[in-house]
Amino acid sequence: MARESGIISWKELNPGTAITEPGNAAELKTGDWRSMHPETDRGKCIKCGQCYIFCPDMVYAKDEEGYYVQNYYWCKGCGICARECPVAAIKMIEEVD
Amino acid sequence: MSERVGIEVSLAVAEAVGLCDVDVVAAYPITPQTHIVEHLSELVAEGRLDAEFIPVESEHSAMSACVGSSAAGARTFTSTSSQGYALMSEVCFIASTLRLPIVMAVANRALSAPISIWNDHADLMFARDSGWIQLVATSGQQAVDLSVMAFRIAEDKRVSLPVQVNLDGFIMSHVIEPLFLPDAEEIKRFLPPFQPLLRLDPARPITIGPVGMPDVYTEARKAHDEVLKASKAVILEVFDEFAKQFGRRYELIETYRVEDADTIIVAMGSISQTASTAVDAMREKGLRVGMASICLFRPFPAAELAGVIGRAKNLVLLDRATVFAGGEISGPVALEVKSALFDRGLSPKVANFLVGLGGRDVTQQNFEEMVERVVTAKNGDLPPYEFINVRE
Repeated sequence: MARESGIISWKELNPGTAITEPGNAAELKTGDWRSMHPETDRGKCIKCGQCYIFCPDMVYAKDEEGYYVQNYYWCKGCGICARECPVAAIKMIEEVD
Repeated sequence: MSERVGIEVSLAVAEAVGLCDVDVVAAYPITPQTHIVEHLSELVAEGRLDAEFIPVESEHSAMSACVGSSAAGARTFTSTSSQGYALMSEVCFIASTLRLPIVMAVANRALSAPISIWNDHADLMFARDSGWIQLVATSGQQAVDLSVMAFRIAEDKRVSLPVQVNLDGFIMSHVIEPLFLPDAEEIKRFLPPFQPLLRLDPARPITIGPVGMPDVYTEARKAHDEVLKASKAVILEVFDEFAKQFGRRYELIETYRVEDADTIIVAMGSISQTASTAVDAMREKGLRVGMASICLFRPFPAAELAGVIGRAKNLVLLDRATVFAGGEISGPVALEVKSALFDRGLSPKVANFLVGLGGRDVTQQNFEEMVERVVTAKNGDLPPYEFINVRE
């Protein structure tokens, strides 16, 4: 839980709040920040990878068929992918619960 | 045992820092601290000290370079005064929470305006809440010895915090005093090599100084506060080790004739020496006066101070900096002292005086006036503070 949220006791902080494991931002669950999430309509998608390029959180990764799929663990729901998609294949859907 | 030599205190501090085998000195000259860094740059230029001397373009850059070098694991020293401290202060707050054991000599000087190069404690008070350890010297010998001890305190793994050694500008920094300079071999035995808690190293990358979101900032401050609290025990330990090895013992609160004193003068820095002389003169007139000098301002040794002054009937609290708070509360040192007493249920008669501002001399006569004021005043008649020696 602590690694996902970054919520730890003052006793567990590194001296000077240093980060001693490079790349540990990957463990921080930013997915629970969002109020909307992107969904891709594969009928419209042209596999151009603009969503992958513009995503600030490395949410998109290419699958075997060449489509870019979202990892919602990191997706903050910023909507940049939907805004930049040249064929409007990505829609932002409101989170229901 | 080393020989006693007559030497300007600034040069002696620089010699002591050199003997501590410092790796990096990044500093910008400012009166009255200049002789310290000037002499360190001479030591490096003459090949007597194997260190990197970084002649930066400002104090802000000086402390920034110090942060970098200390984070890379180098024993780091700088020095400043007054406006120089003001300019570097942004980075000072960062150095302490990043737990970087930088040592800095501050030749205390008034803050502008009006422009004053002369001594008071405005810079020391300005640095009060920066999270550094603040040692205050009462003599040139102590300034030298504290400079050596500062590295050991700062670099102790239970501490790992920056340390300020405060010495009064001109009054102490420019005085030629007969003092003992420790020799290099003695210091080697006293001061182990610097082993940082964490180190910037390309082979094992880490991030120092990341953003702290609201869910971690409080914890970071709590951790810093706890380590500053814990540093007092380490400071006492280091004072003790120093006494064993060098034969000179220092205390958090130094005292003079307090045992049976009705009235105690609480001072800080070189003014304590004038106060002691005044105590002797008043004792000869039959007044039971003593003096307590605060040698550690942060962390504030409230328990030790209350132990020393708690039984006195009257207190003369000296402040060498103004507090602009509307006149209804005391000066900065007096606030700490009153707080320490209040928390222990003690309420002696207290007079607080703002003295020695911007280089104004404080005489033996002034001390006698201050003591008379507190002794003769009725409880409740004394204002939160008074200026001494001010022309109407």
